[in-house]
Amino acid sequence: MKQLIATRLMQLVAVVLIVGTISFALMYFLPGDPALRIAAGRYGPDMMDNAISDMVRAELGLDQPVIFRFLAWMGDLIRFDLGHSLVSEAPVIDEIAVQLGYTLWLSVIAFVLSLVVGPVIGAVAGLFPGSVFDRGALLVSIALRAVPPFVLAIVLMMVFGVTLRWFPTAGFGGWSHMVLPSVTLALGLAAMSSRVMRDAMTEVAAAPYFAHGRYKGLSDRTVVMRHGLRNASLPVVTYLGLQMVYLVEGVVVVESIFGFPGIGHALVHAIIARDVPMVQGTALAMGGLFVLLNSVVDLLCLKLDPRLGAQTVSRSGRRGA
Amino acid sequence: MTQSVLRGICASVGILALTMAGGSSAPALAAENDGILDIASPLEISGLDPAKSGYIFSRMQAAETLFTVNRDGKLVPMLAKGNHVSDDGLVWHVSLRDDVLFHDGTPMTAAIVADHLNRIFARPGVLNRAPITGIHAHDGEIEITLSEPFSMLPAFLAHYSTIILSPASYDDAGEVTGIIGTGAYRVDEVTPPLQVKMTAFDKWWNGRAGIDKVSYLAVGRGETRAMMAQSGDADLVFSLLPVAVNQLSGDPEVNVAVATIPRTRLLKIDAAKPFFDEVTERQALSLAIDRKAIAAVVMRNVDLAATQMFPPSITGWNNADVPALAFDPQKARDLLAQAGWVEGADGILEKDGQKFSVTLRTYASWPDLPLIATALQSQLRAVGINLEISVGSYTEIPSGHADGSLEIALVTRSFSMVPDPLATVMSDYGPGGADWGAMNWQNVEAADLLADLGRTSDEQARAQLQEKLTAILQYELPTIPVVWSELAVSASAKLENLFVDPFEQNYYLSDLRWAK
Repeated sequence: MKQLIATRLMQLVAVVLIVGTISFALMYFLPGDPALRIAAGRYGPDMMDNAISDMVRAELGLDQPVIFRFLAWMGDLIRFDLGHSLVSEAPVIDEIAVQLGYTLWLSVIAFVLSLVVGPVIGAVAGLFPGSVFDRGALLVSIALRAVPPFVLAIVLMMVFGVTLRWFPTAGFGGWSHMVLPSVTLALGLAAMSSRVMRDAMTEVAAAPYFAHGRYKGLSDRTVVMRHGLRNASLPVVTYLGLQMVYLVEGVVVVESIFGFPGIGHALVHAIIARDVPMVQGTALAMGGLFVLLNSVVDLLCLKLDPRLGAQTVSRSGRRGA
Repeated sequence: MTQSVLRGICASVGILALTMAGGSSAPALAAENDGILDIASPLEISGLDPAKSGYIFSRMQAAETLFTVNRDGKLVPMLAKGNHVSDDGLVWHVSLRDDVLFHDGTPMTAAIVADHLNRIFARPGVLNRAPITGIHAHDGEIEITLSEPFSMLPAFLAHYSTIILSPASYDDAGEVTGIIGTGAYRVDEVTPPLQVKMTAFDKWWNGRAGIDKVSYLAVGRGETRAMMAQSGDADLVFSLLPVAVNQLSGDPEVNVAVATIPRTRLLKIDAAKPFFDEVTERQALSLAIDRKAIAAVVMRNVDLAATQMFPPSITGWNNADVPALAFDPQKARDLLAQAGWVEGADGILEKDGQKFSVTLRTYASWPDLPLIATALQSQLRAVGINLEISVGSYTEIPSGHADGSLEIALVTRSFSMVPDPLATVMSDYGPGGADWGAMNWQNVEAADLLADLGRTSDEQARAQLQEKLTAILQYELPTIPVVWSELAVSASAKLENLFVDPFEQNYYLSDLRWAK
């Protein structure tokens, strides 16, 4: 486990350097004058013109050679300073702290909701393959995954916000504001995880050890809880790590639609406005989060299946020999 | 494992769903009557610097300017009490109201205001475009010295970037860290880029606002804003899309108000390019545009078809005497033929071996612009002009102007950023043109008229000059107006005293009341 954590820490450093460099390069190579874009982000289209963008260019030193600007950013990063937003001029770390906080809340709630719904439905469907429930679950999950998040969001807003008026259609500040955005995200996540769980559970239910458990007289409940869920959870937990990508993609869309001040919304605006420090800061935060969450997934997998740890040790042992 | 277990699970899920559906009779969570005035608008808070987001704080009456535009469209003092100008027009004295307190309790003094204006003058914004040579506090007044007479100074001092803030709004480095203004509402909390929360300020110099708490939310998507209006989550929603106006008009819980605003969708053209260098070519282009069709289909209001640059709501600038811009494709073809353009084998006009094929730049941050561009493409094709449409960032308009690569662009231009349209007209149609205005268009008479207007404060004299200038713009067409704009606002039926300010200077929140 210590080796895993050490490896992940090294990966984190690599991610920081690679993500930071790539995002800097991407921003640099995007067509268009960055001073104009930054001026537009700051002052809006009606105020922005070449005269203001020249002032911005001079203020930010955008006419300096790109290598100097990159080295300055690297120097700041080594001092754990992400710099200031070129648009709002607030420290990037402060902006990310606020926005990442909202996104994390949204993501965690969506994730938990999807865990409550997806794997449970998947497990039941997997225990009864070919049943009406299984086929119904397949239909619903395909429909939910096929519908883009923004369409799903608008449908939920229409039904639960406008028609039933159970939850606020948009905004943030209270738990009720979290419901529709997190359900939008959770349904997409649950659609996939339920299918992964269903297939894993079908496989486990057909395994000899599962049948053996029942032959030796264990109750259905005990067989499922002791032998079924644990074994079927392994691919699901691994898959949950991959689902972070969907979550990030969904968060960008969902935050914009629901007027939610998250990191996805911030990233989109930062890219449009060529706010390089904000792009780097948000990309670093997301990259770091990926490494962290994948580490948690790995640790969970180790916990669920200790044989994985033993295999790692034996491989290291062979390499050492 | 028996099928009965599965049936049990299905039954449980069904019961749960029924229980939730039964909850529809419960009190609505979303639109609860909490007494807070919830506002939704597309405008995001990009920073606390007044030049960046001052328009939000000024419209929300959190901060105020020395001058403003009243409900009749007249420029009047706000935090100023009055002003007088030296005979040579080079020194302006602005006296201040005596009874004004900032939200932190600090009294507003001439020294504070002068210091604040000097900070603003040093930053990007409109103030540093005025010929100001000094701003000082003198005998309890603000003394502003100029290098040349400048009649628009009060209008510049009504611009949102000149909102007056308390010294406590700045940190030691001179950056704005909070909005401590003098308005009807005190800012309690700002969560950039989306939210502002405010409370009525008890010691506002103009009384007390009728509603105690206000919450502002920036919502970029028009569909979301419309749904917030429908659901009652927002009591006041600004900038409704045309389709939402129709949708909300039949809702008894919502009142929709629409005002024509000084903003025109127009074609910016490079008058030096061989396609547009003759006035007949520009007039032909204008005659080929069916503005009523565009206004009816895209803007959902046929009255928004532009007959000239300025809509009738802009007093003094809308010129009733000029012939209205018309749709006459046959006359357009005749004028183009007169200019030497002949139809090629493919139906596209040609002259000196060059096809009449140009790239029109536009941008999608105003969702109707790409639609209008597509309509223009079709309409101009009918007279033999080929338009290639390039939809990108709006920054490509000023960059194309600067490097000369822009041929034609469809843009939206506001004439009320500074609440005297002259400021924008002078910049856009003065010698050399401007990023968002004319391009390579020269007209000596127009330049002289603009120079005279800049020096003249007398209203009657200005009206005559404006009339001549608008006639030139209508004939010469350095830019070609397409459609005017409107601001659509929805207000909950619970609200009274809504006024939609066509100059977009003020939401008049302090006048709003909850209906009894």
